[in-house]
Amino acid sequence: MSARPSAEPRPPPPRPARGGPLRALSTRLYRRPALTLLLLLVPPLLWFGVVYLGSLAALVWQSAYTFDDFTMAVTPELTWANYAALLDAANLDVVLRTTGMAAAVTVACAVLGFPVAYYMARYATGAVKGFFYVAVMLPMWASYIVKAYAWTVILAKGGVVYWVLGKLGLVGLLEQVLALPVVGGSSLSTSMLGRFLVFTYVWLPYMILPTQAAIERVPPNLLQASADLGARPAQTFRTVLLPLAFPGVVAGSIFTFSLTLGDYIIPQLIGPPGLFVGTMVSTLQGSVGNVPLAAAFTVVPMLVVGLYLVAARRLGAFDAL
Amino acid sequence: MGIAVELQGVSRHYGAVRAVDGVSLAIEDGEFFSMLGPSGSGKTTCLRLIAGFDLPGAGRILLHGRDASALPPYERDVNTVFQDYALFPHLTVLENVAYGLRVKGVERRAREREAEAALEQVALPGYGARRPGQLSGGQRQRVALARALVNRPRVLLLDEPLGALDLKLREQMQVELKGLQRRLGITFVYVTHDQGEALSMSDRVAVFNQGRLEQVDSPRALYARPHTVFVAGFVGTANVLDGPLARRLTGGDRPVSVRPEQLRFGAPSGDQVGVEGTVVDVQFHGPVSRYEVRVEEALLTVSLPGEEGGEGASGVEGRRPRAGDQVRLAWPRAAMVPLERAAPGS
Repeated sequence: MSARPSAEPRPPPPRPARGGPLRALSTRLYRRPALTLLLLLVPPLLWFGVVYLGSLAALVWQSAYTFDDFTMAVTPELTWANYAALLDAANLDVVLRTTGMAAAVTVACAVLGFPVAYYMARYATGAVKGFFYVAVMLPMWASYIVKAYAWTVILAKGGVVYWVLGKLGLVGLLEQVLALPVVGGSSLSTSMLGRFLVFTYVWLPYMILPTQAAIERVPPNLLQASADLGARPAQTFRTVLLPLAFPGVVAGSIFTFSLTLGDYIIPQLIGPPGLFVGTMVSTLQGSVGNVPLAAAFTVVPMLVVGLYLVAARRLGAFDAL
Repeated sequence: MGIAVELQGVSRHYGAVRAVDGVSLAIEDGEFFSMLGPSGSGKTTCLRLIAGFDLPGAGRILLHGRDASALPPYERDVNTVFQDYALFPHLTVLENVAYGLRVKGVERRAREREAEAALEQVALPGYGARRPGQLSGGQRQRVALARALVNRPRVLLLDEPLGALDLKLREQMQVELKGLQRRLGITFVYVTHDQGEALSMSDRVAVFNQGRLEQVDSPRALYARPHTVFVAGFVGTANVLDGPLARRLTGGDRPVSVRPEQLRFGAPSGDQVGVEGTVVDVQFHGPVSRYEVRVEEALLTVSLPGEEGGEGASGVEGRRPRAGDQVRLAWPRAAMVPLERAAPGS
């Protein structure tokens, strides 16, 4: 036996824990996880349940109230008349015009947004990535009404778009496009095309951000594995990247689609006359006072988005989640 | 026997980092070839250059004699088994395995039949309908293997394929991989940082360090005749002697390597050299015990079979040495392998 040191080395004594009532509370909560969860969730659930779902329920309920055309009075007698009125040719026209625009804007945002989102997620690092985040979100910092008014000037005859196209000698082409039915008009700022451009501009960030987040979650080596197994870039995009990033695109499209469906400022400022769902609701509720029909109109976007989500689910958009 | 993969002076630098620096090597058809090195040594970058995920800054890469230096991955007749498997989470196991055939336009029935056969080959028959997320790590590993093999590549690249598995499973998969390679006759290029794995499976091993190739040799030659200080230390355990101690023992200026199992306690005889030192630590490893002995500036490792009183145990007073004991060490002069301090050219 070799000589051992006379004093055994001792570990230093543990530091005394801090006391106090908060610590006692923490300890008590630690032992009651159900209570902790309850305390955390009650405020948001109250908010969500009462303020959000409650007002939605009130809205749906009132959409079945009766509106008297002569007295302009609303009586709480339930009727299907408001929903039947939605199917009148004029009202159906409003619904279809709005839904068509929302669909076109969503497709345009997805097509424009995906490459930007892909670049941000895959290639941009450090300062470049920060620049892209700011660049994408910067338009959201400015007031949306200011931007809408600015676009009326940009797109008007004598505006910057006409000026640039004039320099490029392309005004003739623009005139030909504006001569087309449906999308056309007397100038860019009074055409459906102009309205589409502005909608696409204001909602594009809402498509880019969720798409970028979804692409970022796709492990890069899946794309390498696909190429390794012989897939050309287009095949990799179709069979690996798009299916895996699709939930993000769907999330973005819910924003672009429902924001376009509900908007009532841009249709008033840019594009041809003719009501949108949003302007219709604003008119019915404000100047006419037909709150029940306005409520029924408001239910339309909810239904359309609901149907859209069911369809997306059927197509397997959420399989990769 | 042709050359399956050839690297001619291949370099890949990222800014100032020389990930791969002037590497030349030739891998024969049907060979089990390992690329061994610590992390950051350039072995994985080399594999990615062969696969085409990255392109070399200088040099040429030939696949079966054809210049592939600038080809994208989908134009190369190699397939990769990724370190974390890289299975497609949105596809079933069968769809994953059939993926390579699908993108080549093989008709559904035929590709599913072949994928099923590939799953049988890796002992996973009937798992086709599951998702990768429902499988264990070892099963995912097999699916990744089947997904690569179904394309019948002439060269299979494996990037630390067993790194995420526990020891038992890893040893089992080593045997299976080696068997599979022998049966199929495919060239395996196997990247690992585990020298035991490289030694036990490979026909030849390339040792990488700091982007450069240190030595390419058979496992036996690598262990018995390391060329550099790095290889001696990285492949197995080695006592590398340098400075005055080495000069006194060998009479030369080069560092030398002695394996721990060559060292014995006791006085030197005939063609042996001897030193004196102090036992610092004793570690029990099951079949062997290891003794750390301080000799002048150096710390030498002695490895002895574990049985008490076995051969070579008669060190001090008829019992095994303990920490603090003064001991004498001896080993055959021929067991000392002279080393280079660094790889040639660096």
